[in-house]
Amino acid sequence: MFFQQLINGIALGSTYALIALGYTMVYGIITLINFAHGEIYMVGAFVGLFATAVLKVNVFVAMLISMTVCIVLGVLIERIAYRPLRKSSRLSALISAIGVSIFLSTLAQMLFGANAKGYPEGVFPVKQITIGSAEISTLQLLIIAVSAALMIALEFIVHKTKIGKAMRATSEDYNTAALMGINVNMVISFTFALGSALAAAGGVLVGLLFNAVSFNMGLMAGLKAFAAAVLGGIGSIPGAMLGGLLLGVTEVAGVAIGFSSYRDAIAFAILVLVLLVKPTGLLGRKIQKKV
Amino acid sequence: MGDFLQQMVGHINPYYLQILVNIGIGIILALGLNVVTGLTGQLSLGHAAFMSIGAFTSALLTIKLGMPFSINLILTGFITAAVAALIGLPILRLTGDYLAICTLGFAEIVKVVFLNLDITNKALGLSVPAAVTSIPMPVVVWGVVLLTIICVTFIHNSRFGRALMAVRGDEIAAEAMGINVTLYKVQSFALGAFIAGVGGGLYAHFMGYINPSDFGFLKSVDILSMVVLGGLGSITGSVIGATILSAAPEFLRFMASYRMLVYGGLLVCMMIFRPNGLMGNVSFTGLVLRALGRKPHLKTVMEQKISETSRSGNGDT
Repeated sequence: MFFQQLINGIALGSTYALIALGYTMVYGIITLINFAHGEIYMVGAFVGLFATAVLKVNVFVAMLISMTVCIVLGVLIERIAYRPLRKSSRLSALISAIGVSIFLSTLAQMLFGANAKGYPEGVFPVKQITIGSAEISTLQLLIIAVSAALMIALEFIVHKTKIGKAMRATSEDYNTAALMGINVNMVISFTFALGSALAAAGGVLVGLLFNAVSFNMGLMAGLKAFAAAVLGGIGSIPGAMLGGLLLGVTEVAGVAIGFSSYRDAIAFAILVLVLLVKPTGLLGRKIQKKV
Repeated sequence: MGDFLQQMVGHINPYYLQILVNIGIGIILALGLNVVTGLTGQLSLGHAAFMSIGAFTSALLTIKLGMPFSINLILTGFITAAVAALIGLPILRLTGDYLAICTLGFAEIVKVVFLNLDITNKALGLSVPAAVTSIPMPVVVWGVVLLTIICVTFIHNSRFGRALMAVRGDEIAAEAMGINVTLYKVQSFALGAFIAGVGGGLYAHFMGYINPSDFGFLKSVDILSMVVLGGLGSITGSVIGATILSAAPEFLRFMASYRMLVYGGLLVCMMIFRPNGLMGNVSFTGLVLRALGRKPHLKTVMEQKISETSRSGNGDT
């Protein structure tokens, strides 16, 4: 029972973590809460659905298509809605992000209708594997494996490549990074591209897991992923992974204990409690106040 | 008096009346949030939670206790403010985006709790009986709007308001000047909640039906957009922002399903072309004085300067 719920929680949590990474990376670099990120995840799920149902491609190919579309979308959103606002107050950029989010979810509603859609049957062969007392589906294994692979790839990009170094430098100090000859605009576009790709993968995986894709799925998932990012300490990449997993596991545990109708509140209750004890999140850097 | 007003209101098309009341309630809520976010600089993403608490408190006071509407509204305001103070005391120690996400979390928790309580009729929502007043509801709403505008204007120009602006400008400097930062933050939070609670009470009694899901994240965002669109910290701005955003969905109705699409696009465009909001950096008093051919008052100019510097300061953090 415990093991079973743990696996369920990790599977759910890794999708939260995938979305949370996008929030945290963008925040780390331009301190913007990218509220449109949840909608990018929603678009990712729809593109995946389109690819599997209409183009009849393999799940992995669908995921790649979806990631490509979302990379373009994410970079485009940054160029149109955020770049002109980079010098103005952060709240203006936040409202702009909210505008984009409303725009995208309405667009999805018009294009795909208000009903939830499911992925075509048999697009991914779901088998139950019994380990001890727990039953694990191959789908859950797929989610955990893909998430883990993507996160390792992300760690590699951020820590071992030149562009990753530029990202870290920009998030350390935007102006100094620009003075050192880093093309800051390019780095920001790249960050949005990375985040959007992860969100798209998350969208396809969640679409498979719950077998429901709808125009309003981005809102709640986005909020929870944002909560996960803050829980881990916003701006910290390992923090987002930890926060996502933690939220997923506690949410599943809460439902298992019998608070299923309070499901959406559990994540936020945990978040508020953790922030009260540790105001910068679990792995967040302490901000030194200067006078 | 009451009969005369009843007749007056009776002449107005009910559809326009509904829009007018929506605008009024929008203004009340925006002014409340403006105290917290505009004046004190504390970003709240959960203002709708206080509206929700106000709406349900007021509805239950009417249903269970049959309380007269005027006392009901005031009591609702105080209860909401008390809840806000209770919540504010621990979470207002957080700053910036951590506070924002905490208020968001609090709002979601309030929504889910109301969706699960028996007394709020769970997900079915509550039907609220019409308020028993001699003055018609739309007039009551606009009366409260005027009262709120007057109160908030006084607060802006008071010792209390200046302390709040000092907190917005720089917390450490404010503390060094002997301002009890936490106390003032909690007070402004409670004040904003009081106003939101009253707005919620009016909403409940005018609409006749409330559902916890109506006061979700999108409602909070709506209110925040009004404040930011109008210009943070500006009362005139909040009024204009609330008017535009409450009326916009109605005037965009001819576009049917494109409505929200345009609304989202409008928000983005507004921000790109006027990032400080419509009335940001514009002093209403200054405008009026200039129109009358008089030099703006020195105090207004100074206040504008102060708000400008603190705004640019906000942008850096």
